[in-house]
This record gives sequence, C-alpha cells and structure tokens, in this order.
Amino acid sequence: MFSWDLLIGALVFGLLLGCFYAAVSIGLSLSFGLLDVPHIAHPSFLVAGAYATWWLAGFGWDPILAGLFLAPVFFVLGVVMYRLYYAMFEKHGSDAGLRGLAFFFGVAFIIEVCLILVFGVDQRLVEAVYIGKSIDFTDDLRIPMRLLVAFAAALLLTIGLTLYLGKTYMGRAIKAVAQDQIALSLMGADPVKVKQWAFGIATAVTAIAGALLIIIGPVDPQLGRIYIGRTFCVVVLAGLGSMSGTLVAGLILGVAETIVLTFFGASWAPAVAFGLLLVMLGVRPQGLFGR
Amino acid sequence: MKQGNPKNITRRAFVGAAVAATAVASTATFAQGAPIKIGLSIAQTGGLGAGGKAALLGLQMWRDDVNAKGGILGRKVELIVYDDQSNPATTPGIYTKLLDVDKVDLLIAPYGTNPTAPIMPLVKQRGLLLMGNFSFEVNERIQHDMWFNNAPWNDSVTWFSGFMEMGMKRGAKTIAFLAADAEFSQSLATGAKNLAKHNGLKTVYDQKYPPNTNEFSSMIRSIKASKPDVVFIASYPSESVAIVRAVNEIGVGSTVKLIGGGMVGLQFGPIMESLGSQLNGFVNYTSYAPEKTVEFPGLKDFLSRYAVKAKVEKVDPLGFYLPPFNYAIGQMLEAAIVATKGLDQKALAKYMRDTEHKTIVGPIKYQRNGEWANARVMMVQFTGLKDKDMEQFRQPGKQVILSPAPYKSGELKFPYEKARN
Repeated sequence: MFSWDLLIGALVFGLLLGCFYAAVSIGLSLSFGLLDVPHIAHPSFLVAGAYATWWLAGFGWDPILAGLFLAPVFFVLGVVMYRLYYAMFEKHGSDAGLRGLAFFFGVAFIIEVCLILVFGVDQRLVEAVYIGKSIDFTDDLRIPMRLLVAFAAALLLTIGLTLYLGKTYMGRAIKAVAQDQIALSLMGADPVKVKQWAFGIATAVTAIAGALLIIIGPVDPQLGRIYIGRTFCVVVLAGLGSMSGTLVAGLILGVAETIVLTFFGASWAPAVAFGLLLVMLGVRPQGLFGR
Repeated sequence: MKQGNPKNITRRAFVGAAVAATAVASTATFAQGAPIKIGLSIAQTGGLGAGGKAALLGLQMWRDDVNAKGGILGRKVELIVYDDQSNPATTPGIYTKLLDVDKVDLLIAPYGTNPTAPIMPLVKQRGLLLMGNFSFEVNERIQHDMWFNNAPWNDSVTWFSGFMEMGMKRGAKTIAFLAADAEFSQSLATGAKNLAKHNGLKTVYDQKYPPNTNEFSSMIRSIKASKPDVVFIASYPSESVAIVRAVNEIGVGSTVKLIGGGMVGLQFGPIMESLGSQLNGFVNYTSYAPEKTVEFPGLKDFLSRYAVKAKVEKVDPLGFYLPPFNYAIGQMLEAAIVATKGLDQKALAKYMRDTEHKTIVGPIKYQRNGEWANARVMMVQFTGLKDKDMEQFRQPGKQVILSPAPYKSGELKFPYEKARN
C-alpha cells in the first residue's frame, strides 16, 4: 500500500531512527574505527549505560542528565579496560586483534551476567516528560518526542566529537595515533596514553548512548546482542574512524530500514543493514568516508 | 527393692533396641527413599526470563509445600532445572540430558511455545508424560497423547473468539494484524485470521515483524493509515512494551474500537507498573485478574505467600500470570502419583486424562489434545491506571474482565482513543 503520506512519514522516522543508530555507533567508530581495538563488547557497555541510567532515574533523575553524569564514570572504566587490554594483548604481539576479540567477547558476557545478577532479568524502562508523548505536526504525522531527543543528542555527539578530534591537541593526537603511532612516539607523545584516553572517551560516549537506548525502548541484559550487527555495520559503512560518516551511515541505515519496513514488510528490515554492508564492501571497501 | 540383673537388662534392651531400630530404619528408608526427580528447562534469562523466574518460584513453592508434608509416597521431590535462555535451540539438548544423564522421573515443559515446540518429537518418541507450561498449540501436529498443558486456553478459536466477538458486537467490519515472526505469535495470528475471515471481517493490514524489534512507529503509522476497526496484536514482552508506547505516541486513529488481544508481557507486574497509564484502553488476554468475579480456593493464600518470596527473589511481585499455574502443575502431578501409587508414565497420563483436577487455579479437565476442555482465556481491559503504582494492580476494577461470560466484571469502553483517556 503506497501513499505519499506514508513515504514522507517513513523518511522522517528513518532520519530520526538513523540519528539514534549513529549515536549508539559513534563510540565504536572511535574505539574500533580509529584505535583498531576489536571492541565487540561495545553494545554491552551501551546496555550497562542504559541500566545505570535506569538506576539513577529511580532517584528522579532525567535520563539524559543521568547519561551525562555517568559519562565520566564510564570514562574511567574505559581507561581501565584499555589498560587491561593493552597489558594482556596489545603489548605482546601482532595477534592482539584476534585474542582481543576473544577478550572483549568475554567482557560482553561478564557484563551481561553482572547485569542479570544485579538487576535481574526483567526489562527496564524509564519515564520522562518526553517519553510516551509526541509532537503533532498533522493528525497523520505525530513524531514521538523520544525520537526527537535521540536525534538532537546524536547530532550534538557527532558535532562535539568531530570538533574535539579536529580542533584540540588531544583530538589530533588520537587521529595521529590512528594513522601512525610510531611516528607519534618519535615526536615524544606516548601512544598508549593517547589510546587509553581515546578509549575512555569512546566508553564515556556509550553512557550517553545507553541513556538514549533506554529512552527509545525497554532494555534487558541481553539487548546488546541485537546491536552488535547494526553498530558494526554503521561503523564499516561510514568508513573506519569517520565521525561525520557515522552520522551519514546511521541516517542511510535508518531511512533504508524504515522504507523497507513500511512498504516491503518488517521481516525484511533486519536484512537491510547486512545488505548495505555487503554492497559497500563490494563497491567501496573503505566505506563512505574511509581513510 | 528388687534389682534386676544389669547384664540381662542390657541384653533385652539391646535386642529390643535392635528390633525397634530395624523397624524405624525400614520406615525411614520408605520415607526418605530416593527423591522423585522432576526435570525441566525454564527461561531465567532472555526475553522470557522475567516470566520464567516467576514461574519457577511458583513451582518451587509447590515443591517446598510437598516436602514439608513429607514428600509424595514418602519420597521427597527434587527439581532439576536448567536455564534455556529463552532459546528454542537449547531445549532438545537440555531434555536429552535430563533424561539420559540426570535420569529424571518426570518432565515439565519449558515456559512458552517457542522453547517447547522442539522437544515434542523427543517426548513422543520416548512415550513420556509431559506437563505443558503456557505454550500454545505445540501438540497440534504432534498429537502426543501424554501431553497436558497448564495454560487456560485450548486453540486459537478459544483465544481469539472472545476478542473478535467484542469487536463485532460494536459493529467492526475490518481488522489489522500485527504479529511477531515466531512460533507462538504466528500460530495465534494464523488461527485468528482464519476465524476473522470466516466471520466476514476484512483484513486491511497484515504485518509480521522479526522478534526483538523495538521501534514500531512506522508500523503503527501504517496501521493508522489502513483505518481498521479492530487491531489484533500477537507480540512478546519487549515488543509489547514498544508497541504500547508507539500507539500512545502516534495514535491508531478514531476508527479503532479495540486493540490488543495476544500481547505477552502485559501480564507481568514490572512491565505493567512501568507502562502505567499508557496501558489504559488496551484489551489483552490474561490468565487471572483480581476481580471479584474470580475466586478459586487457595489462590489468594498462594498469592500472598508468593508476594513475600517474590520480594526476596526479585521477581514479578504480582505473580498473577504464571506462578499459580506452575503450582497447579505440581498439584496435578502430586495427585496423579498418589492415585496411581507410582511413577508409571502411562498410568499417570491416563489419570491426567480421566480426572478433573482440583487446583488453586480452579478445576482443570483435559481434552484429547491435552489442552483445557473448558478454556477460559480472560480478555481484560486496562482502565483507570495511574503511573508508577504497582499496588493498583492488586485492586479490582483496573483490569476489567470482558470475557468469558462467567468471569465478566464490566463492559468494554470504546473506541480505543476514548477509552485511553
């Protein structure tokens, strides 16, 4: 059933959903895209961020505010996590990637189990003034406010990270370590410290994205598994390490999924991410904005 | 004062004590023989985990009650439980292990349709009694005559007819279907579609979506555009929550007289509490609602004992949906073992088939297919709900029973847009 109203609605919702996909992927773009750390536990950190947000929301905190408050805590967590990864794998040799993959896979499971032990298996939701309400543009076009919040947060995150990486000393050092860490160390900077700082930022971002995750919908300890495919797809589609590319890739995925879902059936929607990924890997392996 | 010979007394005492000890020992052996092992897998994690944990607590309460009385036929009851992670792929392996390694005496099926369906061929092949645990139509094709489901429904007709009739009485001519692409929801939706067609309802929207979808705005917009009179939804817990939210945000249009029907999760306390007023107006199935029209001996006592334990175990504090029916599984097994004086699977199955069982969820009589002969799928409408208040769900009038007739406690408020306010 085609109608212009449905198409316009699908485009609008696709863009909003796409921004959310970008927000949950941007931390991975930093850790995997720039640092080459096979951070498969990224979605689990998102879910941990969502649960921490839920916990703070229980004291009356706004979810976004809770996400911002948690960001420094997650930053420290990220720094510790990277130090562990470095000491156990990266320091010792060239097969750090594969062993690191197993390490982060284990970390993901540990986070999942810890969440189950602490919070139980029940799904958790948060409440806020912008959840469960919409802005009515017309009777046929009502936009959920939670999607608008995710849209705004994703834009701010992307702009903030792009400015940070482009305009600050540490940001440029992070980009440099991604390009040539030996050259960076010859210039007197410690690549390990730069990388641990960058990994800390990537993890801090998951706290904010986790808050968005629980704003968008209910979370359970195993939700991270569903986001592994989508987040890696967005990062690869964008081109490893490109922040603005992550936003564009998220938007493409969101719009494509929503249009397929509206006009061709919801069952096809999950295939969109991997379909796009296959096409991109065939046509332009370095991604849309790849280095 | 005559003193007896201490040596003789000791000998007599020794013989007496030996005889007494033998008698006591034989009694003790009978009373404390090998435990009756009952095996099952039940979701403790994953999408069905919240329900599975509450269900298991109900079953454990039965075990504790029985063991406190001395067991069954003098044997204690032991539950051997594995977490199937809500994953149907794990259950055949778990049940094979329960049978071949753990050597259990009796089996209870996993909670839910999807994890149960894969073990049906195994139990039929081995000729085993299997107590179902809230699955739907899993025995439809297998036709295992030793299957007995604890869920208060039978087939899709018993489930959907009450919902559909409510719509048709209010002049509904069109219907929309939204169902997860999974065993339970597809079986339910297929039966519902056939029944709707048979009764002249025109399907204007029919969508199946992948399980664990969490954003439904686009689908709800499409439903709204198709202007249905009735919207039937068959979904799993996380999806049900996302659908309720999306409906509240996007709206489904003024034509919709009733919406809901087969949404799993809207019976779980934590989800109901979280959604609060967003549930108002939805009509959905359940197994029990605390209305004055529903009274079963022992149920209130069970629920009050359950509430205390649930707080400690951090599981669904209400426990209306699954725990009493899991306790009922235990009650039926206990009665069958006592009546047949053993664990012979065929004898137990015959007893199950031929008897009307007295349980805390009311009398249960089985049909040939192992489902309830007198199905009672309660369709309730959420009404007058506030946000952040778990206790309100213990009060009557919040989940008004619309069908079946013997339990009816109020009238349908419609259309949905009016009922939700």
